[in-house]
Amino acid sequence: MNTKKRKSKGLTNKKRIYKLTKGDITFNIINYLFFTLFTIICIFPFYYLLINTISDNELVRTGQIKWLPKGIHFRNYISLMNVNNLGSSILVSVARTVLGTAVMVGATAFIGYLVTKQEMWGRRFIYRFFVITMYFNAGLIPWYLNMSMLGLTNNFWAYIIPGIVAPYNIILVKTYIESIPADLEESASIDGAGYLVRFRHIIWPLSKPILATIAIFGAVGHWNSFTDSMILMSGKPELYTLQYRLYIYMNSTSNLSALMNSGGNVSQAVIESTLNMRSLKLTVAMVTIIPILLVYPFMQRYFEKGIMMGAVKG
Amino acid sequence: MILPFVILCFVFSYLPLWGWRYAFFEYQPGLGLSMDHFVGFKWFRYLFENAATRADIIRVIKNTLVMSALGIGTSFLPMAFAIFLNEIRASKFRKLVQTFTTIPNFISWVLVYTFAFALFSSEGFVNSVLIDLGVISQGTNFLMSGEHIWLKMWAWGTWKGLGWSAIIYIAGISGIDQQLYEAATVDGAGRFQRMRHVTVPGLIPTFSVLLLLSIASILSNGMDQYFVFKNSANKDTIEVLDLYVYTLGLGSGGSGNIPLATVVGMLKSLISVALLMGANKISKLIRGESIV
Repeated sequence: MNTKKRKSKGLTNKKRIYKLTKGDITFNIINYLFFTLFTIICIFPFYYLLINTISDNELVRTGQIKWLPKGIHFRNYISLMNVNNLGSSILVSVARTVLGTAVMVGATAFIGYLVTKQEMWGRRFIYRFFVITMYFNAGLIPWYLNMSMLGLTNNFWAYIIPGIVAPYNIILVKTYIESIPADLEESASIDGAGYLVRFRHIIWPLSKPILATIAIFGAVGHWNSFTDSMILMSGKPELYTLQYRLYIYMNSTSNLSALMNSGGNVSQAVIESTLNMRSLKLTVAMVTIIPILLVYPFMQRYFEKGIMMGAVKG
Repeated sequence: MILPFVILCFVFSYLPLWGWRYAFFEYQPGLGLSMDHFVGFKWFRYLFENAATRADIIRVIKNTLVMSALGIGTSFLPMAFAIFLNEIRASKFRKLVQTFTTIPNFISWVLVYTFAFALFSSEGFVNSVLIDLGVISQGTNFLMSGEHIWLKMWAWGTWKGLGWSAIIYIAGISGIDQQLYEAATVDGAGRFQRMRHVTVPGLIPTFSVLLLLSIASILSNGMDQYFVFKNSANKDTIEVLDLYVYTLGLGSGGSGNIPLATVVGMLKSLISVALLMGANKISKLIRGESIV
């Protein structure tokens, strides 16, 4: 309360010195209008998608849901259970996100720690060896041939293993670890703790903020990627990620029944009456967005930190 | 202890360079490479001598450069976004704007395409509203139009990235010494003069680094965005280098021209590295600091 008062007092002081000119007022109005408009443009698609997945499907099919949902129901989300291959794609996406992120964070923390060790042989060279890979790229085709030579096509591990060494994240973690007072490690070392013990009990707990940051960005990257699925998994559709599956549905010209599971206790007619292609596409999209929206509020704290640390390259 | 990671890094980042040898061979998937199939610079010459390929390359490079140029030409927008957002006094509103304008950065291009589909297809939002207003009587699928593709792609990119790119400048503004503002005020600078003479100069270093980096990556627009938006109506104007390499080598179901695609990718990589080194030199000359 007190600070608020002081703030507003400061404002009036400024006002007294510099009158709010006409130009100021016009500028303020335009400024607020612009930001309001742009914010609406940014979130409206999310809202539009949501209301179209929970409204009456016939109205959705003919494009009559514009501002408000009509005939609210949640059957679309239940019907998704009968869509072929969707379950396995969700599983693949979740698995690669969880596993891929965990392995990447663990490896990055460890590498980041090791490259701060002055006594390690060839430390500078090894660090450069990692970092320089950010700046060159053999290209898509050699990358693909390489993956296929390594037996990483049509193989789930292709999602995980190449992402273990992440140079940009190594820079972030290394910079962060360097800011941890060296005394902490020294005293532990005097007490007889080896590298692994010091890493486990000192470095790891103290680097949690930066590790959370890279974990979040890594997880979003895993969740959102689809071209690796498309290029590497062409012979094994059961390994497609959810994003690529969504892409396939989006471009599918076949009718709904071709995509649906004909077995089970749900008859074709029931499915058709509760779902249509437009609803299906939008509902799958919504399912794909939901995890991002769920972690987003949690992520926000780390944006600025992550970005600013990235600006300070070491 | 670090050895396994060094090996991993080598296998996935350095070993692919060995794949450049495919550029010098007659390669058929399934068959190995032997010296019998060595063709030297045949594919490099082919790239420039074959009329159809040459036309393709020119078209694709034009698309690439125009779309990169649109991005670079409007790269001041995130900075402007941050400066104007900073002028808003209501901190709750400011926070709200920042929260919602950053979300689009975190969804994939497939989802962006889904939004485009939901909003601009025949039954989409835009058509429904236009019909309601009596502007048109029949919905059309805007996504199947090949017009203004460069601008549309730029618009989607901006929609997705503007709020996010502004964050670095917002952080930059909070790092500007408040005394500078006070001094400027004492010297009689008004609000716009403070923006012009204190905030902008404070952000220019960040801006120039990002500008140099984006110039260095002028050939690499990535393929995701263009891949998902590509269709029969817009394929001539949407195809950028990255997408072209994919389509040429892998996109046609196993019958692609792997050596030729390798050549294109290889030339692209070499030029990109040269550009990056050039940008780095310029940065060293002007700012006395390297960017890589």
